[in-house]
Amino acid sequence: MDIAESRSQGPATPGPVSAKRPRAHPLVWFVVRRLAAGVAILAAVSVIVFAGTEILPGDAATAILGRDATPEAVAGLRQQLGLDRPVVEQYTSWVAGLLHGEFGQSLTAGVPVSELIGSRIVDSLILAIVASLVMIPLAVALGVVAGCRPGGVLDSAITWTSLGMIAVPEFVIGTVLVLLFAVRLQWLPAVSLLPFDGGPLDVPSVLVLPVATLVIVGVAYIIRMVRAGVVEVMASDYVQMARLNGVVERRVIVRHGLRNALAPTVQVVALTLQWLIGGLFIVEIVFEYPGIGQGLVQAVIARDIPLVQAVAMIIATVYVLITIVADIVVVLLVPKLRTAV
Amino acid sequence: MSPATRRLPTWVPRASFAHSWSARIGLALTATVLLIAIFGPFFAPHSPSELASGSYAPPSGAYPFGTDLLGRDVLSRVLWGGRSVVGYAVIATALAYLVGGTIGLVSGYSRSLVDPVLMRLVDILLAIPPFLLLLVLATGLGTTPAVLIIGVAAIHVPGIARIVRAATLEVSVRGYVEAAVARGETTSAILRRQILPNITGTVIADGGPRLTISILLVAGLNYLGIGLQPPAADWALMISENRPGLDIQPWSVALPALLIAMLTIGVNVLADAIARSRGVSVDEELIRR
Repeated sequence: MDIAESRSQGPATPGPVSAKRPRAHPLVWFVVRRLAAGVAILAAVSVIVFAGTEILPGDAATAILGRDATPEAVAGLRQQLGLDRPVVEQYTSWVAGLLHGEFGQSLTAGVPVSELIGSRIVDSLILAIVASLVMIPLAVALGVVAGCRPGGVLDSAITWTSLGMIAVPEFVIGTVLVLLFAVRLQWLPAVSLLPFDGGPLDVPSVLVLPVATLVIVGVAYIIRMVRAGVVEVMASDYVQMARLNGVVERRVIVRHGLRNALAPTVQVVALTLQWLIGGLFIVEIVFEYPGIGQGLVQAVIARDIPLVQAVAMIIATVYVLITIVADIVVVLLVPKLRTAV
Repeated sequence: MSPATRRLPTWVPRASFAHSWSARIGLALTATVLLIAIFGPFFAPHSPSELASGSYAPPSGAYPFGTDLLGRDVLSRVLWGGRSVVGYAVIATALAYLVGGTIGLVSGYSRSLVDPVLMRLVDILLAIPPFLLLLVLATGLGTTPAVLIIGVAAIHVPGIARIVRAATLEVSVRGYVEAAVARGETTSAILRRQILPNITGTVIADGGPRLTISILLVAGLNYLGIGLQPPAADWALMISENRPGLDIQPWSVALPALLIAMLTIGVNVLADAIARSRGVSVDEELIRR
């Protein structure tokens, strides 16, 4: 649309170009629109999270006091926690709290939620960043190798391995790695024991197996998508044209193939980061890694409603932000993809 | 394509499918695990809950793969433990198609305000991390198999609704639908007799990867302790509960892990073979789980 017209360098990828009236700052408008959509989605998510966690009549007060509590005690605590107010009022005050960075009190630990999750978020980020730094370059390289010669021996090996790995649950891969490297070979710790006042970077060995688990599954995802993108680009007219013009194959791959596979790769990276969030839940439980995923799962099992709500909103925000940033980066890279966003 | 193949219903896999190695391997893996899951309980030497021996006993004549943390026979629990994974995943996927398919049909065929309203709801559901939706539901409704099934189905509903809506939109402008409208047939009859049979192919191709995702989600949640609870015999649950004994009795973990891996790889390879024979890829669907 508008952006596609104002910025049009780079070889053409086929895509519909609509004839919209150009505005003053199309890119700014695009960013604003995406952010507004993101806020709207998060508002809807907050309703789902709030309603979803408080569906049962047994609320936080019963959860704290247990089923045997006297009705008077429950009523008293309900009043203290503000649970006797109308649902809409509870929801609005909860959202207002979130916006001010007040996440409420954890039911199980009895301390503010923010105290519980701060270090967990950092530890999870470290795990996610290390895993991404290993898996994305590795997978893109393998995907390009596979996609440049579709049907070749390397391509078949990579494609088949990834098709298998993509389907194996993370906890099965993690458990097998523990069995091999922690129990049999005893090279690495089976669980992530961190020092009391230290992070995973103080004990780097605890990161190896969780990262390896995430990388094995994640690489399989990225390879398959990068490969599909590269195969498509390498079969395109302009790559054929470059070849017919006598351009050396390596130059064809780097200058024509990779450049145009860049935008799809950004989306692949975004999808991978979003997948990583789900992968963290399981991997952190497998390795008892003290991250936000483990915290959330434990909170769900303990029905620590304020903790679940806060972590759920934080994760949803990250998830939505990843989508928006990826959309914007893609538009910057290949303007004509704008219409596909 | 020869005239003979063209007359086949759209959901029948093409000739290339039966000859491909991937289809055979996928079918063999899936069939093996399904047979164990369905008929295994009839061959179990012990009851899955029988506290027979000391915990983590090594393999012996009476207990070919040893015992688990509570001293129960690993082989018997493995033979019993497949029904939940396979059953819940199939039920959840079917439920998702029932709900998502209905939404998609109504949305795609109605030319009223219903369509945009339903589709915005679908957009919102698609923007939530799938795992998060399950965890939120489990917090509110408790950790039971019913919640597990509803949650896994809820994850698929928006995607299915979109696909079915798109297919319905495409079909509903065809001549035979307009002819049915002109004949004065009722909307429900048109949906059932004209539209549904003609979108079945799309739905079937989409179903393979969805089943893989359902299995992964069901197994993952059972592993996390959200879903089935001990003392149920379930492969994923076995892996998590016997984890402490991994160094003394690896069979109690390795056997269920092997079967889950065989099942998910088999279903995915099979789904990929079906999708390939129809000229599409399973990847985009899998990534969204």
